Amino acid sequence: MLCNACKQNEAKVHLTKIVGDKMQKVDLCEDCSKEKGVDDPTSYSDLLLGMSAPPAEAEAEPAAEPGAKCPTCGYSQADFKKAGRFGCSECYATFGEGLEGMLKTMHKGTRHTGKIPAALQQSRAEAQKLKLLQKRLDKAITEENFEEAAQLRDEIKRLK
Amino acid sequence: MTIHEFLAPPAVACQRTGPHDQIVMSSRVRLARNLRKHPFPSWAKKPDRIRVLETVQPAVESLPQLAPHFAAAMDDLSALDKQILVERHLISREHAAKGSGSGLVVNQEETLCLMINEEDHLRMQALRPGLQIKACWQAIDALDSALETRLEFAFSPELGYLTACPTNLGTGIRVSAMLHLPGLVLAEEITRIINAANKLNFAVRGLYGEGTEALGNVFQVSNQMTLGESEAQIIERISKALNQIIEEEENARLLLLEKKSKIVFNHIGRAYGILANAHTITSKETMNLLSLLRLGGELGLFEKLDRSLTDELFLLTQPAHLQQQHTEKLGAEERDILRATMIRARLRPVPRPQAPE
Repeated sequence: MLCNACKQNEAKVHLTKIVGDKMQKVDLCEDCSKEKGVDDPTSYSDLLLGMSAPPAEAEAEPAAEPGAKCPTCGYSQADFKKAGRFGCSECYATFGEGLEGMLKTMHKGTRHTGKIPAALQQSRAEAQKLKLLQKRLDKAITEENFEEAAQLRDEIKRLK
Repeated sequence: MTIHEFLAPPAVACQRTGPHDQIVMSSRVRLARNLRKHPFPSWAKKPDRIRVLETVQPAVESLPQLAPHFAAAMDDLSALDKQILVERHLISREHAAKGSGSGLVVNQEETLCLMINEEDHLRMQALRPGLQIKACWQAIDALDSALETRLEFAFSPELGYLTACPTNLGTGIRVSAMLHLPGLVLAEEITRIINAANKLNFAVRGLYGEGTEALGNVFQVSNQMTLGESEAQIIERISKALNQIIEEEENARLLLLEKKSKIVFNHIGRAYGILANAHTITSKETMNLLSLLRLGGELGLFEKLDRSLTDELFLLTQPAHLQQQHTEKLGAEERDILRATMIRARLRPVPRPQAPE
């Protein structure tokens, strides 16, 4: 495949840009890509962050202060911009604000609905059961149904 | 034991069969997982990476469902070994570039393969021949459940499994199938199919994944979204799309035979002619011609051509596999000559294609 610009050298840089439902493709040789400034890998993470999109979407950028660093791993906002990846799992909390805009463009939704580690699921199920029992207890008390209330109180005690 | 002594030789590996394997070469489900509070591999310093490797590898190796397995640190594997693993689709090209602090665990059947400290701390994959997405998911789901009792994975109730790149966030799942689509390519329908798949948010890539060419008419179709849908929903959606592509490929082949049979026979006959008679041939040309030979076999044009032979040659003629059969270091030109010699020898028992007049 020949370079689209000089039509002489073998194209080595292949750029695909999708705007709306239209796809644009450019194939360039190394020299021409440098000349046109498309050899800079940071421009890809800019795309990822929605930086190259119209200014209306600029809010998609994580909103942490520019100098903010992850307390666990020392990763910064600038590092993320450059690499498009985070430093550690805690970064999601550090740079979490404004992440939603970016996730919306990448995924079907912004909340996890899949597998949950079994240990977590168990504690979650227990918490839910506790909440339900507490509700029934409150109801029993307001209805002055003290026999049931006593039973519920004992059950809650056991779970705790 | 070396990785070559451990893994089944290509001649044996290519005998493995599965549903729809005339079109679906293999299925894969991979999960990305990370340990809590440890920096991700690309940001971690070498001692951090080694610490993660030393935590994850023993946990993985203790799993009974992996036995018997082969485990190695990436810096203990030669460049050639790593390239062979890439050609076998067991590790990514990115992982092959890793050295100290990264590792690999693979079982003997090549149905489970785990990369340690690739882009994430753990990338575990289940592989099966043919279309077996659900079986892959069940295998990897069980492996993941067994591992989570031994390792503490980074997980958030809102965002799911936390990954180095936000594109893998949530389920961390990547479901993919490797499809051989010569019919759609010959019928010039492939662009339409790729566009349709892209519209449904599936990625279509070349033989070795991200940023690679579709050599030999082989395409990888995979999901891109990992958050906001459950694993079951993702699998359901992509299975539907894959079944549609399989049907399109079957229809394209039938239609080609009906309307453009001369063109198809011409391509296959020429492919046989070149492969059976060439004295020097590049790996790229080989793959593209072997693809046509494989198609010819499936269309019943060859009397004695087993699919396992074309699939074996597809693997054996790739640069690292070819180099591995020779002790001396080969240059590109020597490889092209040895490749042609091997193909001529292997095709000698295969008579030329017989096309109906």
